[in-house]
Amino acid sequence: MKHISRTTLIFLGSIVTFTLVVQVLISLGVLSPFWNTILRQGAVMAIVGLGLNLIYGFNGQFSLGQWGFYAIGAYSAADITYRWTNDANSNGLTVLFFTILLVGASILILYRVFGKIRGVDPLSAFAIYLIAAVGLTALAVSIGNLTAPAVNAILKALPTNIANTLVYLLAVIIGGILAAEVSFLFGLPVLTLGSDYFGIATLGFTIIVKVLLDNSDVMFGFVEMKGARGMIGIPKLTSWIWVMLFLILVIVITRNLLHSSYGRAIISVREDEIAAKAMGIDIGHYKTLTFVLGCLFAGLAGGLYAHINGFLHPDSFNFIKSFDPMIIVVFGGLGSVTGTVFAAFAWQLVLEGILRSILPPGFETWRYVVYPLLLLVMMLLKPNGLFGNYEIPYLRQVLPPLKKPATETQTPAAKESL
Amino acid sequence: MMLEVKDLNVYYGAIHALKGVTFHVDKGEIVTLIGANGAGKSTTLNTISGLLRARQGSILFQGEDITRTMPQDIVRKGIVQVPEGRKIFATLSVLENLEMGAYLNKDKAQIQRDLEMVLDRFPRLRERRNQYGGTLSGGEQQMLAIARALMSRPTLLLLDEPSMGLSPILVEQIFEIIQDINQQGTSILLVEQNAQMALSIADRGYVLETGRVVLEGPAQELLHNPMVIEAYLGGHG
Ligand SMILES: Nc1ncnc2c1ncn2[C@@H]1O[C@H](COP(=O)(O)OP(=O)(O)OP(=O)(O)O)[C@@H](O)[C@H]1O
Ligand SMILES: [Mg+2]
Repeated sequence: MKHISRTTLIFLGSIVTFTLVVQVLISLGVLSPFWNTILRQGAVMAIVGLGLNLIYGFNGQFSLGQWGFYAIGAYSAADITYRWTNDANSNGLTVLFFTILLVGASILILYRVFGKIRGVDPLSAFAIYLIAAVGLTALAVSIGNLTAPAVNAILKALPTNIANTLVYLLAVIIGGILAAEVSFLFGLPVLTLGSDYFGIATLGFTIIVKVLLDNSDVMFGFVEMKGARGMIGIPKLTSWIWVMLFLILVIVITRNLLHSSYGRAIISVREDEIAAKAMGIDIGHYKTLTFVLGCLFAGLAGGLYAHINGFLHPDSFNFIKSFDPMIIVVFGGLGSVTGTVFAAFAWQLVLEGILRSILPPGFETWRYVVYPLLLLVMMLLKPNGLFGNYEIPYLRQVLPPLKKPATETQTPAAKESL
Repeated sequence: MMLEVKDLNVYYGAIHALKGVTFHVDKGEIVTLIGANGAGKSTTLNTISGLLRARQGSILFQGEDITRTMPQDIVRKGIVQVPEGRKIFATLSVLENLEMGAYLNKDKAQIQRDLEMVLDRFPRLRERRNQYGGTLSGGEQQMLAIARALMSRPTLLLLDEPSMGLSPILVEQIFEIIQDINQQGTSILLVEQNAQMALSIADRGYVLETGRVVLEGPAQELLHNPMVIEAYLGGHG
């Protein structure tokens, strides 16, 4: 039987208790819808931040693309649920489902093949991936449209509530996976560039996504997205419980990843690429893996976010906002999962919640004066972030015990030079 | 023959760093490459371990061509490099650093045994096993770098200036350790600026100058070669 450790139980116990207590407060009306929204957005930011912390904090890749992938998750999930609730049509769901399925399969197969062949240069590989992805997406559109009527019939046979929730959950997951697959295609040529260029390239990505969203209606014919006017009529299905379930899932995945040999490989790439290579670590593989996983989290968070307010606007995905998750991760402490989650909630509660309620109306913009100042103060006082690399016990790495006890116990004072 | 390097030509863009380097390492030998700054010593090691690509020439390891093999597969075959400047993982503990050395080994029990063996060889590392790699002293870091490489069970160990920045006493210690590792069956290719020390423990040596091998021979002979004495041993034999 698998042994569940005490720290795991304490962690799960406290986070579930916290979630339920907040839920009770919401149900009783103690927490107003305003604070409810703030809290849900806090959890969403925590998921975005955890993704970025993997990419930047643990793997050392400075990425400003998190916000672009967040946008992809948000809009694709919203489109699925929009079509279902407003047009009673599941074609958004089926088309995107087959897209992620076929493109995902082609990526996995090609990745294996390229892993075996030596010396395929990244750009040729990229071209092949891209051709496969575009071709299969076209195929997925046809299959999706063909199967949609049958899926509609099945969903309509279900109670409305259950059908809606099912479509919503699938939409969030599909949005996440779509973001992950796009991140793979984008990351492939870019991850081979040096780290500075990676930052610029990912920033460019976020800007492109925003521009595409501004023109989603005229350029791509997604009339329901209404381009720069903003998409409305998305069902508000992201409850506190759902968003927390996703957050817990993301924390557990992150923790288990980091504690595995994969995690140490990811960190060693950040520490020293040459040494990592010399140890036989395929650094390109780990950079890609981390980036894709981090973007999966961003995409999931986007889908959750889209169903909080029922409204999406391309301005929310402006590149300036792409610094938000970056600031949260730096604030909480690069390489601290605890810090990221804490900072994300604090960010929403303080900047969106408290400051908005205490500053007189029209003074919201002062937030943008307050937070650079906060950041500045923190950089001076705690340059490693609020939590440095502190983790709560559940998240802390447990080192394997040594069979032989040490001959001497190590004291901090034993500092004689070797 | 353990390692056979033939007519190796390596470029950094337009810079021709290795101009037809040829040498070999026999089983059980310690072979040293000596040469001044910029002679191409690190370039040679990095090309053998797959971090750099040769434009021309070949590298055979135990008879098998590894010129185009990926670094991780080269490690798998039994060549491991201790890079110049140690390059340990600063925010991983000593134990985690060692585990990274055994990264390609999937046999948990064997890793555990190797860990014990390595910690027995480096008692200082055992004492400091939970300390961050970055907080070790320079000498301890060098030991960690060597220990980490041993964790991958190499048949050929590539050492890039292990004496760099260490006090004379420590240099002696490190060289003793290298000899010891060699006596237990690992062949060693040692790159050094400290020609005196390197030649005194090596079987054979090669002198590298601006990307070319200009001299080669048994280490004892090189130690007494007037040209070597002049250029690398500070003038007086
Ligand atoms: N990344 C690089 N880009 C361009 N030139 C390089 C690069 N690395 C090394 N070189 C050049 O290649 C030549 C050989 O360098 P290498 O590092 O192999 O020398 P070395 O013998 O190891 O010297 P040292 O003893 O100082 O470590 C030098 O002229 C150096 O300037
Ligand atoms: Mg060198």
